[in-house]
Amino acid sequence: MSEIPSELKYTKSHEWVRDEGDGTVTVGITDHAQELLGDLVFVELPETGTEMSAEDAVCVVESVKAASDVYMPVSGEVVVVNEGLVDAPETINDSPYDDGWLIKIKLSNPDELSGLMDADSYDVETAED
Amino acid sequence: MLIHEHSKPGRIGAPQAPVVKADISDIPEQFVRKERARLPEVSELQAVRHYTRLSKKNFSIDTHFYPLGSCTMKYNPRACNSLAMLPGFLSRHPLTPDRYSQGFLACMYELQSMLCNAMGMAAFSLAPMAGAQGEFAGIKMISAYHKANKDDARKEVLVPDAAHGTNPATATMCGFTVKEIPTLDNGDVNLDALRQATGPQTAALMLTNPSTLGVFERQIEKIAAIVHEAGGLLYYDGANLNAILGKIRPGDMGFDVIHTNLHKTFSTPHGGGGPGSGAVGVAARLEPFLPLPLISKENNQYRSLTGQDAPQSIGYLSAFMGNAGVLLRAYIYMRLLGKTGMERVAEFATLNANYMMAEAKRRGFQLAIPERRASHEFIITLKKEASELHVTAMDFAKRLLDLGYHAPTTYFPLLVPECLLIEPTESEAKEVLDGFMDALEQIREEAKTDPELVTTAPHTLPVQRLDEVSAARNLDLAWKTERHPG
Amino acid sequence: MPFIPHTDQEIDEMLEAIGIKDTDALFAEIPSHLRVSGLEGIPEGMTEMDVSRLMHQRAAENKQAVCFLGAGAYEHHIPAAVWQLTTRGEYYTAYTPYQAEASQGTLQLTYEYQSMMTALTDMDVSNASLYDGASALAEAILMAVRGNRKSKSRKIVIPRTVHPAYRKTANTIVGGQNIELVEVDYNRASGTVSLDAIKQAAGDDVTAVVIQHPSFFGTLEDVDAITDWAHQNNALMIAITNPLSIAILKPPGQWGERGADIACGDGQPLGAPLSSGGPYYGFLCCSQKLVRQMPGRIVGRTTDVNGTRGFVLTLQAREQHIRRSKATSNICTNQGLVVTASTIHMAILGPRGLEHTAAACHANTRALVEQLNAIDGVETAFSSPIFHESVLLLDRPADQVLEALAERDILGGYDLAADYPELGNAILVCATELRTEEDIMAYRSALQAILDVEIRHKEIA
Repeated sequence: MSEIPSELKYTKSHEWVRDEGDGTVTVGITDHAQELLGDLVFVELPETGTEMSAEDAVCVVESVKAASDVYMPVSGEVVVVNEGLVDAPETINDSPYDDGWLIKIKLSNPDELSGLMDADSYDVETAED
Repeated sequence: MLIHEHSKPGRIGAPQAPVVKADISDIPEQFVRKERARLPEVSELQAVRHYTRLSKKNFSIDTHFYPLGSCTMKYNPRACNSLAMLPGFLSRHPLTPDRYSQGFLACMYELQSMLCNAMGMAAFSLAPMAGAQGEFAGIKMISAYHKANKDDARKEVLVPDAAHGTNPATATMCGFTVKEIPTLDNGDVNLDALRQATGPQTAALMLTNPSTLGVFERQIEKIAAIVHEAGGLLYYDGANLNAILGKIRPGDMGFDVIHTNLHKTFSTPHGGGGPGSGAVGVAARLEPFLPLPLISKENNQYRSLTGQDAPQSIGYLSAFMGNAGVLLRAYIYMRLLGKTGMERVAEFATLNANYMMAEAKRRGFQLAIPERRASHEFIITLKKEASELHVTAMDFAKRLLDLGYHAPTTYFPLLVPECLLIEPTESEAKEVLDGFMDALEQIREEAKTDPELVTTAPHTLPVQRLDEVSAARNLDLAWKTERHPG
Repeated sequence: MPFIPHTDQEIDEMLEAIGIKDTDALFAEIPSHLRVSGLEGIPEGMTEMDVSRLMHQRAAENKQAVCFLGAGAYEHHIPAAVWQLTTRGEYYTAYTPYQAEASQGTLQLTYEYQSMMTALTDMDVSNASLYDGASALAEAILMAVRGNRKSKSRKIVIPRTVHPAYRKTANTIVGGQNIELVEVDYNRASGTVSLDAIKQAAGDDVTAVVIQHPSFFGTLEDVDAITDWAHQNNALMIAITNPLSIAILKPPGQWGERGADIACGDGQPLGAPLSSGGPYYGFLCCSQKLVRQMPGRIVGRTTDVNGTRGFVLTLQAREQHIRRSKATSNICTNQGLVVTASTIHMAILGPRGLEHTAAACHANTRALVEQLNAIDGVETAFSSPIFHESVLLLDRPADQVLEALAERDILGGYDLAADYPELGNAILVCATELRTEEDIMAYRSALQAILDVEIRHKEIA
C-alpha cells in the first residue's frame, strides 16, 4: 500500500499539491506514481518564471523503462524548482512527499485548488488502477 | 578489455597510411589541431584479434535461432553481401553521371518495379534509409497531398493503440496530432471507435496488418471505407509484411501509402542495429509527392530524377541515394527468390508460426489470442507463471539465452502482460522450432523446481544481468584516458 | 524453394499438428477476394550462379574511372581487415542489442566507437550513429531547438557554404515543425561566410548557428569567431565536419572559447566505401548538458550483479518505443554495421594513420589545384585556405568539360552550376590520399588537351 498523506491535495495524473497558504503551492508526484515508475534516473525541471495553465506538462520524470510527464495541477508561475533532484533523482523514490518535491507554483487562480482531490478520493482513484 | 586498454603510445598499426606526413604548413596555425586525437594505438593483429573476440560475444542469425517478434530475423544469404560488394558497385561515387552508372541504376529501377508488383502500388521510391524514415516520408506525402488539395483542416493522424511507437512519433514529427484507436480483445480494431474518431480532421490512419498482435485485421475493407469516405488516407506500416508477401498485397487492401522494411522482408542484414532501408510505395494519386531520387527509364537509358522532374516531391531524405548498398542486397535477394520463391515466403513464415503456436498450446502455454489464426508471429502470455511462480517473461527471455536461443520480443505489444512475441520466419527448420519449444518447457519446469536458476539467468554468457539503473544515473558514455591539458 | 528448409514430410507433420489440411487454410482469415493468385510481373528466381553472372555484368556496366569527385563522399583506402571482420556473421546478422547479455560484442564496440568519436571531435558525448550526415544535421537542428531554452525564435542560421544536399534534407525533415532555416550567403572572394553576414541574418534572437568546416567548397571557415559570437548571443553552435579532416584540423570541441555545442557529419571517410552513396552513417556528438536531447541509441558502461564490467543501451526512455508521440525522434535504428567498420578502421589506422591520411589528402589536393591552375582557362575561385577540396572556375561550360574528361576515364569533379549558378562555370575538385602524382598529371594533361582542342575548334571557326 502506498502512502497518501491526508493534508495534501491530489490529481488524477498522480501529482500532489501542498497549499503553503501564501498564494503558492508545492508540487510533487505521489508515492503511488514513483512506485509505478520504478527507480528514477532523471528529472527534467522547468525554468523558473515559466507560466503555465493547469494540465500543461511541466516536468518529465524518467526511469529506465518509462518517461512520464508531470502536469501542472493548477495554473500559475513556477517560482522555485528543486535543483537537488538533478543530481539525485532517486530522492523522489526515497521521499516523494518531502525532499522529493518538484516545483513551487505561484497561483494565478487560487479557486482551482478546490477542484483537486482529497486523500480519500485519490485513494479510491488509485485503487482502480 | 576495451581496444583502448590495448593501446601503447607510439605503437603503429600497419602500413595503412602514408608513412611520412605530408607538409601542411600552408594551413594557418589557427586552424590546426594542436594535439593528436586520443585514439587507441594498437597493432593490426591486436585490432583483428580484439574485434574477432568481441564478435563472439554476440548472438546472431548465423549462430543462433533468433525468433525476435516483429523483427523478421530470417537467413541473410551470403551471396547478397558478396555480390553487392563487387568493386564495380563499391567504387561507384554517388555523383557519377547517370550514363556511366547504367548497371547500378538498372538494379535500382528493377527493384522499384518489383516492389510495385509485390505490393500492388503504382510507384516506389527507394530513398528512405530505414523503416522510421519511410514512415516519415509516407506521412509527409500524406501531408503534402492534403495541402495540394487545399484540404488544410486535416490535422489528425489515427493510430491503433497496439501500434509500434514509431507511428505516433512519426505523426508528431510531421506536425500532426495523434489520436489512438482502441483494439478489441480479439485483436481487431474497434470499428465503432474508429467511426467516431474519423472526420474532416482526419489526415490518415496508420495501420500494421497483420497487427502487432500477430493476427490479420479481418475488417480491413470496412476500415478502408470508413477512412476513405471521410477523405483520409490509409497508411500501411510494412513491419509485418513477411506475413503476407505473395498472399495479399497492401494496394489491394486499399492502402494509399506503404513503407517496407527491406531489412526484414527482403533479408538485408540487421547489422547490429542497421543500416535498414524503408522504401516507400504509393497509389497513383500520391506519386507526384514521392521522395527523391527516383529512377526512371527513358529510351532504354536509366536516369535519376531530380526536383526539376518532380516539383511536388517532398524532397530529399539523405545526401545521395539512401542506403544504396542495402538496396542492392534486397535486389539480389529478390532475384534469387523470384516470383515463385517470393510467393512462398508468407506461406512458410506463417506455417512455422502456427506450428509453434499449436505446439505451445499442446505444451500448456497460454496464448494471448488463442481463438485466432497466427500470422507470421504469435504471442504467449506468461501471466500465470508470473503470478504463481514469480518468474517473469523477462526471466524466461534471459534463461533462453543460456539454452542457446535468442529471446523473443518481450514487453511488446504493451497491451499483453508478460508477453513473448515469437516470430520464427520461413528459413528455420522444424527441428529448430521443436528445440525452442523444448527449451521453453524446460524453463517452466525449472521455474517450479529451482526458480532462482531462472530469475538470475543468464549464467553462461560473458556478463550476468546488467545494472541499467546505475548506467542511466551515472552516465559513462565514453572512455576517457586522461583529460586534455588546458 | 530458396531458403526454405521444409521437407514434404515435415510440412505434413506440421499441418497435422496445427489441425489443417493445407497451407492455404493458414490464410482463411484473409477475405478471399483480396488474395492474389501470384506475383505477376516478377521474374522467376535464379540460381546463385546466374545471379552472380548478372551482377558481375551490371557491375561492369558502371564506369571505372579515376575519381576526383568529392562533394560529401570520398574515396579512401580501407584496410582489408575492416570489412572482412565487419561481415562476420556475428556482426552482420545480429540485431539491435536489446538483450544486452547476448550482445556484448556490438555494445562494447559501440561504446568504443563513441569513445573514439568524442576523442576525435573533442566533444563530451557521442551517440551510436544516425542514418547519414545530412539527416544528422536535421536531427542536430531539432536537438538544438529542444535544448536551447533561452531562445524563443526557433530560428536557425545556415550558410550557403553548407552542403546543398544537407540543406535540402534538413528542409525536408524539419520543415513542418515550425522551425525557420535562414540561409546566409557567402563571400564571393573568400568562399567562406562572414561573421557580419551571420549577425545580419540572426537578428535579435537566434536558436543555433550551423557551420560546415571544412565547408562544402573545401574552404576553412572563421569558426572561432563565429562560435564565440553564437555563445555571446545565446545561440547554440552546430558544427558539421569531415571526421577525417579533424585529424589535422582543430576539432569542433575546441572552436572558440567554449567549443561547439553539437558536432555532426558523415562518417563515410572513416571506412565506408563510396557504394553509390550508402550505407554511410551520420555521427552526432554534443556537450554533456545536451545529452538528454540527443536522439538515437546511446551505449553506457555499467556492471552486472557480480561487478563485472558490461555495456547497455541507455537513455532509452526518450525513445519512440517508450515515449511514442512524445519521443525525441522517431528513429529506431542506427547504422550499426557501418559503425562497426568505422570503429575497426579507426583502430587499425590509429591517430597517426588518420593524421597522415588527412595530411596526404590536403597535400594532393593542393598539388592538383596547382597543376590545374597552371592551365589557361582555369583559375581557383576562392582565396581561403582549404582542406581537401577546391572550387575551380573554367572558361567554358563545366558540364561539357566534365563530360570530355569522363570520356578519358577521369571523373573530374562536381559541377556547381545547379546549386551555385552565380559562380559561372565552376567545378569542385578533390584529391584524396589515393590519387598519385601520375593521376594528377593525367588529369592535367587531359584537361589541357580538352581546353586546347576546343580553343583550336574556335579558332578554326
